[in-house]
Amino acid sequence: MKRLLLLIGFLCVALAAHAQLTIDIPTTSGRQIPIAIAPMAGESSQPQSVSEVIASDLSRSGLFKLVSASGVNPVPTEPSEVNFPDWGGRGAEALVIGKIATQGDGRVEVRFRLFDVQKSSQLASFSYLVAPQQLRATAHRIADVIYEKLTGDKGVFSTKITYVVKRGGRHELQVADADGFNPQSVLASKEPIISPSWSPDGSSLAYVSFDQKKPIVVVQNLAQGTTRIVANFRGNNSAPAWSPDGKSLAVALSKDGLTQIYRIAASGGPATRLTESSGIDTQPAFSPDGKWIAFTSDRGGTPQIYRMPAGGGDPTRLTYEGTYNVGPRFSPDGRYIAFVQREGGRYRIALLELATNQVVTLTDGTLDDSPSFAPNGKMILYEAQVGGRGQLAAVSSDGKVRQRLSSSAGDVQDPAWGPLPTN
Amino acid sequence: MKKAALYIALAVLAAACASKETQPDAQVQDKSTGVQPPSQATTSGQTTARPPAQAISGNPLKEGQLASRSVFFDFDSNSVRDEYRGLIQAHSRYMTADKKDSRIRIEGNCDERGSREYNLALGQRRAEAVKKVMTVLGVQDGRIETVSFGEEKPQSMGHDEPSWAKNRRADIKYAGE
Repeated sequence: MKRLLLLIGFLCVALAAHAQLTIDIPTTSGRQIPIAIAPMAGESSQPQSVSEVIASDLSRSGLFKLVSASGVNPVPTEPSEVNFPDWGGRGAEALVIGKIATQGDGRVEVRFRLFDVQKSSQLASFSYLVAPQQLRATAHRIADVIYEKLTGDKGVFSTKITYVVKRGGRHELQVADADGFNPQSVLASKEPIISPSWSPDGSSLAYVSFDQKKPIVVVQNLAQGTTRIVANFRGNNSAPAWSPDGKSLAVALSKDGLTQIYRIAASGGPATRLTESSGIDTQPAFSPDGKWIAFTSDRGGTPQIYRMPAGGGDPTRLTYEGTYNVGPRFSPDGRYIAFVQREGGRYRIALLELATNQVVTLTDGTLDDSPSFAPNGKMILYEAQVGGRGQLAAVSSDGKVRQRLSSSAGDVQDPAWGPLPTN
Repeated sequence: MKKAALYIALAVLAAACASKETQPDAQVQDKSTGVQPPSQATTSGQTTARPPAQAISGNPLKEGQLASRSVFFDFDSNSVRDEYRGLIQAHSRYMTADKKDSRIRIEGNCDERGSREYNLALGQRRAEAVKKVMTVLGVQDGRIETVSFGEEKPQSMGHDEPSWAKNRRADIKYAGE
C-alpha cells in the first residue's frame, strides 16, 4: 500500500510538471506567407526534431502557412539539391532546409538555410554548435531568424512568458518558453500571487505577494532564486512596473489613504509619491523611453487612463469613451496603449493609438484582463475567463490573429511576456 | 478494455492528486484556529458546564453584534449601507470603551468582475470607507490598518450575482485573531 501511495505521489508530481500550456492553432484573417520546411538531415537521431519546432513556431504566429514537403525525394539538405520550380509548384514562397551532425565532443552542429523560392536565392544561412539538449532553443532561434527575414519584425520565439497558476488553494508563479514548453515553478504559495512583471533585462520578476496576509511587492532574481521585499508599507503595496533602465519601480501604495502611485528604487527604500488625487490612482506603466507613466485613475468619477511625466506632474486624460478603461500597457514602440475596457458588462482588451486617440477593441471575451505586449509589439497576451476559469489567450495587435493557450492545470492568470533575450 | 483500465487508473490518480492538494488548506485552517487568543481556551472549559445559549460567552468578540464582522457592498460602490451602521458602531464602541488597546485590520474585497489590480484598489477603498465611519465614531486612525485582497479571496466561488454579492465586502479582523 505504502508503495502504491508513493507511486501515486510520484505520478502526481510528474503530472504537475507536465501540466503545461498547449497553444491551439491560431485563427487568422490576414495574408499568410506560404513556407515549406524540409526535414533536416540527421535530425531523426536527435532528441528533438528541429524542423518540427520551427514549423510549429511559425504557424503559431498566424503569419505563415505551412506547405507540405511530403513526397520530395531526395529531401534537399544543400543548396545544390534544391529544385526551386518544384517548390514553387507546391505553392511555397520560402523554403527552409538544413542538417544536423553530431561532433566528436558530443555537441551537435545545426546548419540551416532559408531561400526565396521565386527568386531562387538564399536569404539566410547560419550554423550553430550546441549541446543536444539545446536543440529546442536553437530551433526557436532559427524560427526568429526566418520570421525577421520574411516579415521585417523581430521574432519572439526565444522569449519567455510568466503567469500564475491557481489550483485548489495553491498559487504558483511559473515561467515557460513562449510556446508553453518547459514550465518552471519559480514560486509556490498558499496565498495569492498577482501582477508579475519582468525586469527589462529578464533577470528578475517583480510581483505582489500575499504571504504576509496583505499585498506587498517582492522582486525575485530568477537565476539565483533570491527574493527581496521592495515595498511593504502600511496598507496595500501592489502593481509593480519597471522603469526601462531597470533601476526603479512605479508601485501603487495605500500608505497615505487611498491607493496612489509612488516611485521606489528596485532595491527598495523610501517611496516618492508621484500622484496627488482624492481618488484611486493605480496600474502604472512606464513608456518605453522612460519619459511617461500611464496609469488608471478615477479622479474624474469613473476609472480612466491618464499619462503623466515619469517624475510626477500634471496628468493628461487619454480615454474618454465609456465608463471603465483601466490597466494601461505601452506597446514596445510607445505608439499604442493596450488596456481593459468595459462595455455592456463585458471586459475586453482594447488598443489606443496615442497619435490619433483612436480606440480599437481587440478581443470579444466577457472577462479579459492583464494585456501584455510581445517584445516585438505584434501580439498581446492576456487573461480570458472561459467557463469560469482563467485561461491565457493572445491576439495580434492588428486584431487579425487570435490564439488560445489552454491548460488543464487550473486557473491560469496574469500573464506577462518577457523581453527579448540579451545575447 | 485497455482504454477503460486507463481511465480508471487516471481517475484514481486524479483523486489522489486532488486529495493531496487539499492538504495545505487544511493546515492553514488548523493554524488559524491555533492562534486564537487565550480567551477561547478558557471558553472551552465553560462550554460543557453552561447551557448552549451562553456557551459562547467569555470572548465578547464572538458574541452578539461584535461577532458580525462583514460589511457588504453594492456593485461598483464603496458606500456603507445603513443596515451596517449598527455593526460598525458596536465595534467602534468596543474599541473606544471596552478594549482601548485593541487594533484592527479591515480587509476589503471585490467580486471577480473587472481588472485585478483595479479591484485591489477598490477593495482598499471599501476598507477605507468602513474605517472612516469608525474614526468619526472616535477610534484613532493609528489603530486601524486597511488592506485589500481585491478579487483574490472570494468567499463564494460562483460566477453569478448571489456569489458576487457575498464577495463584495469588508471584514473586520482584530489583531491576534
